[in-house]
Amino acid sequence: MAAKEEKENKSVLVTVILLVICIVWTLPTIGLLVTSFRHRDVVSNTGWWTVIREPNLTTENYRQVLIGKDYTYVDSKGVENTARTENLSRAILNSIAVTIPAVVIPILIAAFAAYGFAWVAFPGRKIFFTIIVALLVVPLQIALIPILRDYLRLQLTGTFLAIWLAHTGFGLPLAIYLLFNYVSTIPRSILESAFIDGYTHFWIFIYLILPLSVPALASFAIFQFVWVWNDLLVAMVFLGTKQEVAVITQRLLSIIGTRGQDWHLLTAGAFVSMILPLTIFFALQRFFVRGLLAGSIKG
Amino acid sequence: MEDFEKAVRPEGFFANLLLTLWRLLIAIVVPGIAFIVMYVGFRFLRESRAPAWIITIVAIIWGVGGVAMLYFLANWLITQFGPAWRRRLQPFLFVGPAMVILAWYLVIPTLRSLFLSFFGPASNKFVGLANYAYVFTDRTMLTAFRNNLLWLIIGTGGAVLFGLIIALLAERSHLEKLSKALIFLPMAISFVGAGVIWKYVYAFKPPGQPQIGILNAVITALGGDPRGWLTYRPWNTFFLIVILIWMWSGFAVVVFSAALRGVPSTIKEAARIDGAGEFRVVLSIVIPYIRGTIVTVSTTILIITLKIWDIVFSMTNGLYGTEVLASQQYKQMFKFLHYGRGSAIAIVLVIAVIPVMWYNLKQFMSSEVF
Repeated sequence: MAAKEEKENKSVLVTVILLVICIVWTLPTIGLLVTSFRHRDVVSNTGWWTVIREPNLTTENYRQVLIGKDYTYVDSKGVENTARTENLSRAILNSIAVTIPAVVIPILIAAFAAYGFAWVAFPGRKIFFTIIVALLVVPLQIALIPILRDYLRLQLTGTFLAIWLAHTGFGLPLAIYLLFNYVSTIPRSILESAFIDGYTHFWIFIYLILPLSVPALASFAIFQFVWVWNDLLVAMVFLGTKQEVAVITQRLLSIIGTRGQDWHLLTAGAFVSMILPLTIFFALQRFFVRGLLAGSIKG
Repeated sequence: MEDFEKAVRPEGFFANLLLTLWRLLIAIVVPGIAFIVMYVGFRFLRESRAPAWIITIVAIIWGVGGVAMLYFLANWLITQFGPAWRRRLQPFLFVGPAMVILAWYLVIPTLRSLFLSFFGPASNKFVGLANYAYVFTDRTMLTAFRNNLLWLIIGTGGAVLFGLIIALLAERSHLEKLSKALIFLPMAISFVGAGVIWKYVYAFKPPGQPQIGILNAVITALGGDPRGWLTYRPWNTFFLIVILIWMWSGFAVVVFSAALRGVPSTIKEAARIDGAGEFRVVLSIVIPYIRGTIVTVSTTILIITLKIWDIVFSMTNGLYGTEVLASQQYKQMFKFLHYGRGSAIAIVLVIAVIPVMWYNLKQFMSSEVF
């Protein structure tokens, strides 16, 4: 808060030590990035750091990962066929189709709930909110088997709706908690003047509270985006093994499984899977940090 | 609608009945139509062979738009009722959907898992405590317990310790912003992506060949023998834990940095004037001052660590003695198709978080937000 005047004395020695730590911390990622641009034959024979001596880079790995590679084969009848290797473009689209609703739906539901808890009087308000606080730390593993059974009965497994709802359910406690902390600090007087003007709770929420809560909504949105995009467990359980709906983490995992030694493809694929969360993360780091702080340092 | 209400009001009992019927009718018909519209979209998404990008766009519009539409629809329905009912129903419009989803996805599953944990593989035969006996006596399970304990202690301890050290260094360096961003960066990476990064760090080639993994390259350069780190028991669990520390220290750094800014410089200055060295200032003043933050950061990382699954699953799939509770639970579900044992492990995980839950509730009760 009152930060500016409390700056510590800066030290060169400390800066050097920190620099070493930062380099060690970043080297693994740099290795991945460099390898993803190297030619297939050199990747498996020389370390990525030799690139300093013989810089010879290519974007072929990314082409193959994103678009696929045409290859010809002769089938049993002796006819020559052309086919394209599998690629990640479908998985990227699936990840987008999973992530955006899995971010927006819980935010909407949580914002309504946060407003309800903060400003609408109803019996059992405190008990319900206490339950939400208790649910904050419940591991999602508890829900996997029961919900999977429900989904099998409802024929929901392998659908986007299934995974949206699951992410909504698992993200809601934190979302409601964070948004409630924010919404409940909005001054009462703002709401009262709207009541006098004859607005109902619903329209006050839509016109007044949602726009006012944008910083809090953004914080949670980034948090949830990174979480859902990077999720593997929920996708594996509820999307299953269907290729048409597989998200990027699942496809990356299957590349590890089937082509674990093809480092040129693995590294390119891994970097493709990281590019979107990394961009969002750096562009909106301020909101992300704010969300983290709201979640961990409580009032 | 208002007109209709006014027009029929004076007619007495019959008109009231008509009004009630009308309300019932729209209360059934309108949601019915909404449901059909939603179901058509659902069927399209599940069965369509359209190009992937069309499905993606339709999915987003259908999912996001559908939920928004349901709220507007529910609000419209409520305004069709009289003022008394409107007041009674309004809270449910706001908290109802959240409560239903939380009940379906977290509250009831906890009870159902507890129930299932007393049944056999297909959940149709009561087996008493047999699943729990398995969980606490099976050799692989015991390895999983031991490993989880290592994860909890070394993983959480390491991330918190590194986080604290880096936050303290950053505060006193010329690189505060840059260093924090770099250390924080791995948090945006998935566990699977991090798995690829670290598999490459640990990559192994037989002695004599040039090493492509940086760890083995450094070791051979120093005159040591290369190793397959991921199969090297019992230390391989430790090499997996390093990944978690690498990913989550950044979280600790960011939260600690914010807390460090709250430590009054006057106290630190006073101690320095009294002749205290920098280590003494940190140990006796700074750390006690931010103790509350250290506790919250530790519990947050502790809970992440307890549920750790992705790293083990993508790096070793639990082989070579690296099994943890969550990976065992997944295996029981999908490999051995034993829902009873899977549920029992899930219950063990829930029991493990109860102290944290209790602590959170105590904090919440004393905060008087309501």
